[in-house]
Amino acid sequence: MSDYSVHVLEVARRLLRALDPVLLLVLLTLMGYALVIMGSASPERLDSQLLHGTIALLSMWVVAATPPQRLLGMALPLYLLGTVLLVGVDLFGEVSKGARRWLDIGVTRIQPSELMKIAMPMMLAWFFQQREGRIGLREFIVAGLMLVVPVGLILVQPDLGTSVLVAAAGFYVIFFAGLSWKLIVPVALVGIVGIGSIVAFGDTICQPDVDWKVMREYQKHRVCTLLDPTQDPLGKGFHIIQSTIAIGSGGISGKGWQNGTQTHLSFLPERHTDFIFAVLSEEFGLVGTLVLLATYLLLLVRGFQIALMAPTLGTRLLAGAITMIFFTYAFVNMGMVSGILPVVGVPLPFISYGGTALVTLCLGVGILMSIHRSRTAKQP
Amino acid sequence: MAEFRTPDQDSARFRRRVVVAALFVLVCFGLLAARFYYLQVKRHDYYLTRAEDNRIALLPTVPKRGTIVDRNGVVLARNYAAYTLEITPSRAGDVEATIDGLSEIIAIEPRDRRRFRKILEESRNFDSVPIRTRLSDEEVARFVAQRYRFPGVEVQARLFRDYPLGATASHIIGYIGRINQRDVDRIEERGDTANYRGSEYIGKAGLEQSYEAELHGQTGFEQVEVNAGGRAVRALSRAPAVPGSDLELTLDIELQKVAEAAFGKRRGALVAIDPETGGVLALVSTPTFDPNLFVDGISTQDWKELNDSPDHPLLNRAIFSAYPPGSTFKPFMALAGLTTGKRTLGYAMADPGYFNFGGHRFMDDRVGGHGMVDIHKSIVVSCNTFYYQLANDLGIDAIASFMGPLGFGARTGIDLPGEAEGVLPSPEWKKKRFRKAELQRWYGGETISVGIGQGYNAYTPVQLANALAAVVSDGRLFRPHLVRNVLDAHGVKRPVAPEPLRTIALNPAHVAAVRSAMVDVNKSGTGARAFRGAPYEAGGKTGTAQVFSLKGGKYVEGRVSERLRDHSWFIAYAPADKPKIALAVLVENGGFGAQSAAPIARRVIDYHLLKSRADQPADEDADAVESDE
Repeated sequence: MSDYSVHVLEVARRLLRALDPVLLLVLLTLMGYALVIMGSASPERLDSQLLHGTIALLSMWVVAATPPQRLLGMALPLYLLGTVLLVGVDLFGEVSKGARRWLDIGVTRIQPSELMKIAMPMMLAWFFQQREGRIGLREFIVAGLMLVVPVGLILVQPDLGTSVLVAAAGFYVIFFAGLSWKLIVPVALVGIVGIGSIVAFGDTICQPDVDWKVMREYQKHRVCTLLDPTQDPLGKGFHIIQSTIAIGSGGISGKGWQNGTQTHLSFLPERHTDFIFAVLSEEFGLVGTLVLLATYLLLLVRGFQIALMAPTLGTRLLAGAITMIFFTYAFVNMGMVSGILPVVGVPLPFISYGGTALVTLCLGVGILMSIHRSRTAKQP
Repeated sequence: MAEFRTPDQDSARFRRRVVVAALFVLVCFGLLAARFYYLQVKRHDYYLTRAEDNRIALLPTVPKRGTIVDRNGVVLARNYAAYTLEITPSRAGDVEATIDGLSEIIAIEPRDRRRFRKILEESRNFDSVPIRTRLSDEEVARFVAQRYRFPGVEVQARLFRDYPLGATASHIIGYIGRINQRDVDRIEERGDTANYRGSEYIGKAGLEQSYEAELHGQTGFEQVEVNAGGRAVRALSRAPAVPGSDLELTLDIELQKVAEAAFGKRRGALVAIDPETGGVLALVSTPTFDPNLFVDGISTQDWKELNDSPDHPLLNRAIFSAYPPGSTFKPFMALAGLTTGKRTLGYAMADPGYFNFGGHRFMDDRVGGHGMVDIHKSIVVSCNTFYYQLANDLGIDAIASFMGPLGFGARTGIDLPGEAEGVLPSPEWKKKRFRKAELQRWYGGETISVGIGQGYNAYTPVQLANALAAVVSDGRLFRPHLVRNVLDAHGVKRPVAPEPLRTIALNPAHVAAVRSAMVDVNKSGTGARAFRGAPYEAGGKTGTAQVFSLKGGKYVEGRVSERLRDHSWFIAYAPADKPKIALAVLVENGGFGAQSAAPIARRVIDYHLLKSRADQPADEDADAVESDE
């Protein structure tokens, strides 16, 4: 064997070692599941879904092979770049579907808010790592500010779904960094009381002439629709009603692949993106949904495991936050499609059609793998 | 500072936080699992039903409406297929913009837009509403090429109703029109809603209305799978529609045309009945209208023209307008006198030219009277004095109880909608008719007027024709009918049996006397001029219904404006020995009966018996109406 081929084999072994088999298995299960469902929901998109998947897996591999400290080192530049781009979007962005989300950088259009989903937890994890041993109230205030600015910029685009996800990502880092319960509990209480009162007084505040001031008209609609989907069954509430019917009519074993009437007779909106979960539920029934739920749970368990074994404060926080981001995607999407959460634009992780979200999520998995490898590297 | 912690403490705290997060995750996933269990197991049946309701639609298939033909098979109402351009508002988005876009490739008149808006108001958002009917093949091709520009717009092949003879016999045939809210209520009342799902038209007048149940047919249903857009994806099962029955009439449309032409521009009515069966041979009301105007939804302008015209073309005078019968009442009065025994065949009286009653002098139209008058002469010369005396001798109750069974003052039951009752005057009728006590009292003088067919008497042309038909067919009174056979979709023929409603006991000798007098009316009496040279014998009687009473002055035709002139009546039957036709003609404001109504009767009888048509149109008869000197 020549030196050259030994070198190639060494690189290959290193690259292969970069991949955590558990995470990879879970990921391939989810992506395979996605292809099966897409084959029913929108077969013409299978090719590009495969392409997206390939790109996402390659990106994940690259990240997985990169040492976590190097990744954390990129946090500040990424965060700053993301924030600048978000300001740019708000000033010069392209308007699509009533929101300013895209930035045309000449070669292509990019969605900077997507970048923030990863940059935000990295930034905060890096920040807390820098302050390790000196983390006090001041650090939490600074972290809070670093969180609020990009979230605010995304919120005014307006994009409620993404700002919720970015805010959650940042919050998870702060939470794992040890923010006092004395601060968490009151905030949680305010949130519960707030949501509770919205539900209780839904009828009055959802009158068309009531202006909510803090939320856009369409966001108000989303919340009000959740409170009473039947109010406007052919308008805003149509989505939830039809997806609930799809899920419920699936029963225990489902109607069978490509046999979902709600899906194939176009009653289901957005069936290949945000509402793809309803397709799965209709055609594979409770069995199919529980399989998905279990797979997600496996992903989360592995994520927490990696977080608990992570070597440094920064990697620990980052792994915990990324795991919780996966959870948030899954919970918010399934919650909204089954009618227990408002309709916000959150895709079903690793399943919904769309390259950007898939790449972002796989980058997250890559980071987890990178963190896990750095730990095993320490204790061979 | 106390708030700073060692890495070990940090690590322990992180582990606790991960446990909290994991618990949170479990709770949330548990919540989701519970929700899925609720939806997919607990409420599965409910949601499955909802999904099936979404998926399956029952589409009605509208039956083909039955056709209408006359006794010789001439088509009077039929269907033809044509393309319509239809918009489904719920799928079209901005309807106005869609119509503007369509008008660039297909001619859309303001009239079409108005009709569209009118129909739109009455329909539901997901119904398809026609914007244009009767597209040409070229227009269909142009639209199909650009269909992609117009979501929710479609070309449909639909059956349309057509009345090929236009205004001829329009009062008989009637017309269909779009179902409106009132029709919907009526259909609901009948419990017929299911059969009208998908039907857009319903009979609104004439036979189209009275035979709606037969003509409409049985709606079929197709069970189809539909998508969210409401478009049928595939058929699951179907029950075919049963086409409506065809109607074959007793009407002779050629006779009808002759009769309508004989009226010219004059207003009036004619009813010709086969005395043997009660079948209606011709039923005219002039002026007429074109029923085709109504099929697509009549335009406001056309409607205004028809509705506001002083000639009331939509009114079916033959069955709805009641007029005093004038002297055409005399043959029936004569029969009443003979049947009750108040007069005998040998009875004669001297006519001084007037009849005194209660200080009032009722005048004959001939100064000095007609000399000695018997039953025969009283009819031939139409002697008023004879009937003043007879009415007085009979009394109003005897008159009413004789005339009632002949069908006077009651609906004949003809198979057309909207028949009027008319008035057979009697003390009971007056009590019901008036509120005030002094108006409710019957006066003897009123009986005298009734005797010559004036006063409160008011009968429709169909009543008069039917009563005459009964007299000349041995007292058999039929329910006059226009439909001879109903032919259902399976080819089964259901004849309308000519059952007499009742047979009136009349002494044949009395009837013969009256009939011979009526024949002489056309030979030497008031009808002689109209029936000069007829190669058959026909019985007849003229009549004049007073429209305007001139107090004190003598009625001079030329001096009264046309609308206030007397109505002209003529009743006739032929051939005299075995009548095949009995008819009543009324010409509104036609003056003396012999002058305008009798010639119409002559033409109709000529055609019916001889199949000969008058060469010249009837316009010369109408001159008297047109000029208003």
